[in-house]
Amino acid sequence: MIHWASFSDFIAMGGYGFYVWSSFGATALIMAIEPIIASRNHKTTIARLKRQIRAENRNTTE
Amino acid sequence: MKDRFNLYRFASPATFYPLAGAMIPYFVAVSVVFGLAGLWLGMLVAPTDFQQGEGYRIIFIHVPASWMSMFIYLVMAFWAAIGLAFNTRLSGMMAQALAPTGALMAFLSLLTGALWGKPMWGAWWVWDARLTSELILLFLYIGYMALTAAIDDNRRSDKAGALLLLVGVVNIPIIYFSVKWWNTLHQGSSVNLAKSSMATTMLWGMLLMAMCFWMYSIAIAFMRVRTIMLERERNTEWVKAVLTGGEK
Repeated sequence: MIHWASFSDFIAMGGYGFYVWSSFGATALIMAIEPIIASRNHKTTIARLKRQIRAENRNTTE
Repeated sequence: MKDRFNLYRFASPATFYPLAGAMIPYFVAVSVVFGLAGLWLGMLVAPTDFQQGEGYRIIFIHVPASWMSMFIYLVMAFWAAIGLAFNTRLSGMMAQALAPTGALMAFLSLLTGALWGKPMWGAWWVWDARLTSELILLFLYIGYMALTAAIDDNRRSDKAGALLLLVGVVNIPIIYFSVKWWNTLHQGSSVNLAKSSMATTMLWGMLLMAMCFWMYSIAIAFMRVRTIMLERERNTEWVKAVLTGGEK
């Protein structure tokens, strides 16, 4: 079922290892970083908007 | 009649915000499952290509990334048309949420294409119709993001962005048919409804990876659209309720 005879065969990719693993590495990196950035943006936006609401409430109650 | 199911309800940010938030984990989970299955088939089971050896395995990300780069643009153009026709608030937010992921997909398509072209053609880059039109797609994404970011007023930035998206949509059929219309170095399509030139395991590996990329794109777009919603609707009651209610 498994195509490869050994783990080193798998890593070597028939001599195309550099090209194959660079492609997969770059994709994995982007797909890991993009959600981290998005969720961080979400959290900082919420924190900033909460601060604004608190500031507004202070101004109106005074 | 008051309780009648109304699809338009979901077009309101106040309803869509929690719905999108609840759906994100499912899309992530499905994407991971498709990704693992696709990688297992593509990287471990699929046979060697008789022409390109093991180097062809770049296809398992190159084709899904290229498909998504075109598909996301079409979805953005769809939202642009809806926004211009019906003046809906959600459409501009959707387009903006999708743009960075579309740009990244176009970038990945070009990068993995270069990494594939070097060993197969002997060149990282050629000014071939397929490659050039995909590069233009990347520029369209970047142009859209720069344009909408440059205009402070949301309604105006949505309109300007929508126009750019609709004009640029002409590029999508050019990318898609470029390998037929011109004599390109880029190979023709590997997937054909009548007769596929690929082995079954290769084909399934690729389709599973495409599903993985698709679900990933939906999840990340939902994440981003929620941030945009809060930002744009910060003066509305529902955002204040979300923020003071302690919901994340």
